[in-house]
Amino acid sequence: MDNRGQISREEVICAIKSSTEEVFSTMLGLEIQAGEPPVETAPAASPTSGLVTLIGLAGPWSGTGSVACTGVFACTMASHLLASSFENVNEEVLDAIGEITNMIIGNVKTALEEKLGEMGLSTPTVIFGRNFQTRSARIQEWTVVPFRCGEETMYVQVCLAPAAGETARSLRPGFQIPQIFTI
Amino acid sequence: MLDILIVDDSAAIRKILQRVLRQAEIPIGSIYEAGDGKEALETLQQRQIGLVLSDINMPNMNGLELLSHLKANDPWKNLPVVMVSTEGSQAKVLEAVQLGAAGYVRKPFNAEQIKEKLAQFF
Repeated sequence: MDNRGQISREEVICAIKSSTEEVFSTMLGLEIQAGEPPVETAPAASPTSGLVTLIGLAGPWSGTGSVACTGVFACTMASHLLASSFENVNEEVLDAIGEITNMIIGNVKTALEEKLGEMGLSTPTVIFGRNFQTRSARIQEWTVVPFRCGEETMYVQVCLAPAAGETARSLRPGFQIPQIFTI
Repeated sequence: MLDILIVDDSAAIRKILQRVLRQAEIPIGSIYEAGDGKEALETLQQRQIGLVLSDINMPNMNGLELLSHLKANDPWKNLPVVMVSTEGSQAKVLEAVQLGAAGYVRKPFNAEQIKEKLAQFF
């Protein structure tokens, strides 16, 4: 019998909201408001420019957590995190957004582990550019939560599916690496 | 005055912790940084570090591997290591404590939490 836990979409949304709001209030001192997630689990929200950060999850359930935003909002977040001013996306901004994503997805993972069992977390990968789209190579449907901060929108999204075989026993994640298209 | 080593693969977190420590009104000497466990060991071999703050999820050598190595080797057996990590599950905290961690701070953190956790070492 498969004794791995199950989790509802609402629980994933709740974990994403709670984690994101905590990271923003504690580390950034920014107020952020969760928008309405799409009614159905949606394909990954795919901005065609800006930043996309990806973190792999592995264990009895595996998948990917992601944060996507514009370059302008990335600079705003980095400026608040590091108490410095950034007007352009540079190495420091990319690193800051990677760490913000790490904290958000890490805390989502901790919340979900109560039901899904222990999962491992990869180090973040940050993609920045223009005219690209991301697609998951295998799965899947994503749970997407948009957040508003002033005029900017940021998407926090997670896709998870029960893992099979060796993958289910390993806590060392790769991630469902997206194919990246130039459009 | 204690010299402190911050171990985290994120330069952003290293910078934030440097700032928090400098503003904490505790008698700190020098603050050193390392991007992973291996770099941390190199620094520890060269410096007299009195306290380590370490992330867990890092490339090359992660924080728990670093902690295990330190607790198994004489010069560092009694060196206090405080974990600062997004890993917040009870299982992970327990694992770190069983390996010999002197404290555990979950990310996201605020300055007060760091100061409170470090007060016992000064």
